[in-house]
Amino acid sequence: MDKSAYPHNPRQKRRLLAIAIALLAAFSLLATSCGNDDDAPEATEAPQATEEPTAPEPTEPMDDPRGDALGDGSLGIVEVEEGDAIQIRSLQAITGDVAFFGLPIDRAAYLAVDDYGPVNGFDVDLGTSLDDLCGNDGGQAAAQIVVADEDVIGVLGTSCSGAAVAAAPLITDAGMVMISGGNTSPALTSDLAGTAGPNHVRGYYRTAHNDLYQGAAMAKFVFGELGFSTAAAIHDGDPYTQGLAQAFADSFEAEGGTITGFSAVNKDDTDMVPVLTEIAAGAPQALFFPIFQPAGDFIADQAPGVSGLEDTVLLAADGVLNDNYLALPQTTGMYFSGPDQRFGQNVNQSTGRSADELTAAYEERHGEVPSSAFWAHGYDAATILLDAIAAASWVEDGSLMIDRQGVRDYLYALRDYRGIIGTLNCDDFGDCGSSKITVVQNIGGEENVQDSLNNVVFSYEP
Amino acid sequence: MTGSASVAGSAVPTRPEALSAPPRPAFSHDWRRIARIGAIAALGQMFIALSNMPVRLDERLVVKPVLSLGYLVLLFLPVAVGYRHGHQTVREGVPVSRPGLHEVVGGFSCGLLAGGGLSVLAVLLAHFDLREPLVNWSPILLDLLAFGNNTWFAAVIWLVIGAGLGAAGGAVRLLGPVSRRAVVTMALAVAGAAVLESLVVDLAEGMGLEALADRLYARRGGVNWNSALGLAGVCGVLAVIGRGRLRHARLRHAELQGTKRTRANAALIALTAAALIVLPLFAGKLTNELLANVGLFVLLALGLNVVVGLAGILDLGYVAFFAVGSYCAAVLTAATSPRITPEMPWLVALVVVVVITGLVGLFIGAPVIRMRGDYLAIVTLGFGEIIRLLFLSDWLSGWFGGAQGITKIPAAGIFGLTEVSGTDPRRVFYLVLVFCALAVYVSWRLERSRLGRAWMAVREDETVAEAMGINTVNVKLMAFVVGAVLGSFSGAIFAAKVGSVFPASFLILVSIVILVVVIFGGMGNIVGVIAGAAVLIGVLGGPKQPGLLVEFSEFKLLIYGALLIWMMLARPAGLIPSVRRTRELHQHEMAQDAWLQGQVDDEDEGKEARSSTAAARR
Amino acid sequence: MIPRTLRRQTPRTGVDWFLTVLRVAALTVVALGLLAFIAQEIDRDNPFARWANPDATGLTGEQFWGLIVSGVSQGAMYGLIALGYSMVYGVLGFINFAHGEVFMVGAMTGMIASNKLADAGMWESNFVGSLVLIVVVSVIVCSLTAVIMERVAYRPLRGQPRLIPLITSIGVSFFIQNASIVLLGPAAKAYPDVPDWVKTKHTFLQIEGSKILVILVAAASMACLWYVVERTKSGRAMRAVAEDAEIAELMGIDVNRTIVKVFALGGAMAGMAGILWGILFRSVIHSTGFLPGIKAFSAAVVGGIGHLGGAMTGGLTIGVAESVGPLVILEPLGVSGVSQLRDAVAFAVLIGVLLLRPSGIFGERLPAEDRT
Repeated sequence: MDKSAYPHNPRQKRRLLAIAIALLAAFSLLATSCGNDDDAPEATEAPQATEEPTAPEPTEPMDDPRGDALGDGSLGIVEVEEGDAIQIRSLQAITGDVAFFGLPIDRAAYLAVDDYGPVNGFDVDLGTSLDDLCGNDGGQAAAQIVVADEDVIGVLGTSCSGAAVAAAPLITDAGMVMISGGNTSPALTSDLAGTAGPNHVRGYYRTAHNDLYQGAAMAKFVFGELGFSTAAAIHDGDPYTQGLAQAFADSFEAEGGTITGFSAVNKDDTDMVPVLTEIAAGAPQALFFPIFQPAGDFIADQAPGVSGLEDTVLLAADGVLNDNYLALPQTTGMYFSGPDQRFGQNVNQSTGRSADELTAAYEERHGEVPSSAFWAHGYDAATILLDAIAAASWVEDGSLMIDRQGVRDYLYALRDYRGIIGTLNCDDFGDCGSSKITVVQNIGGEENVQDSLNNVVFSYEP
Repeated sequence: MTGSASVAGSAVPTRPEALSAPPRPAFSHDWRRIARIGAIAALGQMFIALSNMPVRLDERLVVKPVLSLGYLVLLFLPVAVGYRHGHQTVREGVPVSRPGLHEVVGGFSCGLLAGGGLSVLAVLLAHFDLREPLVNWSPILLDLLAFGNNTWFAAVIWLVIGAGLGAAGGAVRLLGPVSRRAVVTMALAVAGAAVLESLVVDLAEGMGLEALADRLYARRGGVNWNSALGLAGVCGVLAVIGRGRLRHARLRHAELQGTKRTRANAALIALTAAALIVLPLFAGKLTNELLANVGLFVLLALGLNVVVGLAGILDLGYVAFFAVGSYCAAVLTAATSPRITPEMPWLVALVVVVVITGLVGLFIGAPVIRMRGDYLAIVTLGFGEIIRLLFLSDWLSGWFGGAQGITKIPAAGIFGLTEVSGTDPRRVFYLVLVFCALAVYVSWRLERSRLGRAWMAVREDETVAEAMGINTVNVKLMAFVVGAVLGSFSGAIFAAKVGSVFPASFLILVSIVILVVVIFGGMGNIVGVIAGAAVLIGVLGGPKQPGLLVEFSEFKLLIYGALLIWMMLARPAGLIPSVRRTRELHQHEMAQDAWLQGQVDDEDEGKEARSSTAAARR
Repeated sequence: MIPRTLRRQTPRTGVDWFLTVLRVAALTVVALGLLAFIAQEIDRDNPFARWANPDATGLTGEQFWGLIVSGVSQGAMYGLIALGYSMVYGVLGFINFAHGEVFMVGAMTGMIASNKLADAGMWESNFVGSLVLIVVVSVIVCSLTAVIMERVAYRPLRGQPRLIPLITSIGVSFFIQNASIVLLGPAAKAYPDVPDWVKTKHTFLQIEGSKILVILVAAASMACLWYVVERTKSGRAMRAVAEDAEIAELMGIDVNRTIVKVFALGGAMAGMAGILWGILFRSVIHSTGFLPGIKAFSAAVVGGIGHLGGAMTGGLTIGVAESVGPLVILEPLGVSGVSQLRDAVAFAVLIGVLLLRPSGIFGERLPAEDRT
């Protein structure tokens, strides 16, 4: 390389280095000093919290104002003054490609708060919906907005597991809880065998099912019900679809089947012949592609035309389990796995509203039926959060005191809660959702969409 | 022009030529021009209405309880066209006429047409159902347009509003410079207070001025109407009192020579640095997070500025370096990363990152460097995509985690003194600040170095540069490498800040946004690039980072596109154009042009230009 | 072109050596992959076939043919879009980045028109007639879009450095894409169902009707375009402007009108491609134009920008390469999940071609290069 082209001056370089080091040193000094700064408020909050239950009003010896409210104050206590509202937030993917999935969860949270009414006499404020942008960076930025407000008790969200990975540590660090109606990644809770996932944090809960259930359900259906011994899977590079496809492949092999192909497409792909040809080379009896629209449309459309896949059975998952997709002519006869959607007469025990009433209310408010079944998970997530707040709070001098640890205690101990999605039980890793997975078969035709959703051919509950 | 006294003296507004021209008759218009401007505005209004912006933004109040952001976006265009219509025809630096009633009538007509667009839309909304292709064709929109009344009310009221605002826009032309500045300042102050609400509240809380914030803002957001009036009044008065002081100071700064100038610059830099170091201490998490995000983009934009602004290489795949920086740092520091077991402290990893991105810069640079400008653009874009796809692929998922990304990236430890992670955005900001300072210093030194001059020579004319003995290939490669390394710093901090990396953070979109930041701010100008990042990323938000206007997130990219077009048409040199470019290349012409235009548009600018021509003559 | 003798005098630098190594490496990878694939096809179990990928199964003849056909039909569409890029580059010397969005506008227009026709019942009763109708509508809308784009965003910038209109066109592309999101919604939108003869494979060469349609229409459009450019007066004007705008103006050619015609013609081709896309995939979304647009531009570059035949050739090259390449070259080399890398293959072809032939397959150095 031509050295003459750039400054070759050792003195200059040394000076640059010196300045860099000086700056670094200055920075580190500053950072340490403000680090101390930052710990200060927390330090003051904690003792205040521990004293709170006993210290106030020594003139009132007869009974502790907190009564049987849960918690030991170890995460701090939030005071909601008279006339103020209890602050919770909704953090979902409300724009972009996955808005069809996040919006219903978000809207259901508002429905739930309206239905629930005041908690111990205090109104609940959800604020404006925040957007997790279905990614880690978006999730973190939104989480910062949430934690900036120290009065927030809990967050309903996120929609996407990738966003939760970045948002959950921030939110739970601040003592808040986070209840997701949409995350399914095992990494956020556990492998269902007692080992915490790598991204599990205390204070994170979810009402959505763990992917491992769905992967196992589909594998059992294909291997046991359909009696196939070979299958293939395609994902689209999204953490959700990749995780689910992988869970299916692992379960299927554990059942004793053979995975003949495991491949991927990109979300923007339209010509699926190459990937289908790749899959066709292994001649699988079933093809599982738990991806989203529009790529899902193209695979269903083009698969029968690829030599070697003419008779392969097509299977997909809840990512495309919506009216729009079921109405497509090419999806007739396809199988779909997903959470049990036969909510029918299920009633949420806290609000007393049934699934049918809620879908009607949703349609009236938003002019459309929910575009994904996870609205029900969002609704239940909101009601268990409000129940937890009710159980961990007490009124004192006209203010509502909420014990953050108490909220968590309530949620970890949640058993046999009757929600819209079925019975909720929280395990030690925050998996609260119903583990019931169903497989439905599409009858075909726009007019039969509702019947197709209820056309359960297999259901699985470990 | 010799001293400050004469400069101050000429601050008195005198526009002999302008005043001598007669006003045009109020009703003699170029009606075709009015029709054209009005029709465009009417279509624009319909577009804005149908884009769902008004409905979506109606929840955000600007001035409580009278004005929401939703209505504001519909009110803006009539004023703008009214003002625009009054644009003077200039012949040889002399406006042909003096502003008068003519401007008001013209603005009125343009505004009437613009408002008419909404009236027509309201009637159409009531009588046709086009919801099939146009998703926002809804009764809610009609209701909003009609202020809750019936369709005919909507049709009439928007004609009235449009005409009124258009006339007001035209009338701004009538104002003298002082009152015009006062009006503009008042409008900007209220708009700024409303837009920057979360920032102002956050800072006010940090400094213990909650009472002030409570007074200014209503509880559920929006400036209180009485506070808005107060604020406007105060700012208006301030503008009148302080008229020209700022410009005056700038002018004097521009005229300083030699050591004085250096000293003034140093003082300015010290002042800025002090502000940047102190400000975060008073700011809450929200502001610090915002500042940290802006800082990450400043770093990226400074890197791209070296490539595009200085060396003139249009790199559309710049995100590749950001991605490589992030992934390298993640793989080297995270325990969860597959394959690569020895985990390093962040600072050690940073050194490796710099080496690797430098090599990647060379690898990408070498094949593209000889290609001509636009081939290079598409090929770099291709490289950017290839790199993202490789990180995403199942093939390399053993190394980079594929779709599941790499999570649990530890905080960045700085000499064991502190740990920087996303939980404390303030520390992130300080870390970013250090690297930004480094990047600014490097860019600044390089710009004035032999290499920098070689870059600029290549940018202006490659053939001539080659003929002058510059090794263009090596020089351009160096630009790639320097840009790559600066981008990788941003990536490495990003990985530690977010604590996880996923391929979805590195879409082509990011490259384009960084490019928009550089262009918007002013290619080749460090201050401009920083200003561009602050305005775009800070206010509108980055590709995945919310800005102050969280409500706009759905329309962010639309606005980015529109801004980019407008910027190229109206101010191709950016918000703050590169001084050096201006001075070196067209000093004389530019000064003359500015003088001629300044006569019409803004006497202050004209003065500045005149004084600089004077300086040039001297 | 620098004469050979002159070129030899410039010393070979490190960059040259690096590029030589890169060229050799690229060719070796391609050759190895191809050889392994051929080995697989000859005998599945020979050691060379299993060398890098023990699970390799090879492809049946039918599957390979399917890949080629799908690559050609996709490539024909890229080619049609690439024509617009190429023509604009020819006369104005800058890349109209937003041309891919014109294509998207075409596909969207087709979707809206065909759904309206389906509502009226005409789509089922007279499919061919409706198809002609939506083609006409889409071609008109796209030409208009392209012309408006030129008038608003590019004409004021004529004579500026080339980077400026290029950056503007990126803005235009962003704007159109996002305008489509806010006006029409972010969801994918489906075309109405097409008759069976379009969907099913025909005995003739085992190709689906839609793909035959695409290839035929693309060929016909290409022929029309060739006729217009080479045989009509306007075409001559276009070529003259492409050669040298100033001289053309002196010769009495209305340069502005010619440029408008070029944009209209390019827009028409994109509109045509949009409808073909709709027939082939029956679904359209706001991002439909972006990646195909970039690939079409790559195709124009690969074929040699400014050369009409080159645009088509480039389109077919990229289309076939991204369809066949992953399975024929990468899979035998032991890469897993190869279909995920098809875009990477498309861009690698672009880079590879430019490495070997810096001005594309048919490209010559254009006078445009000297414009700044």
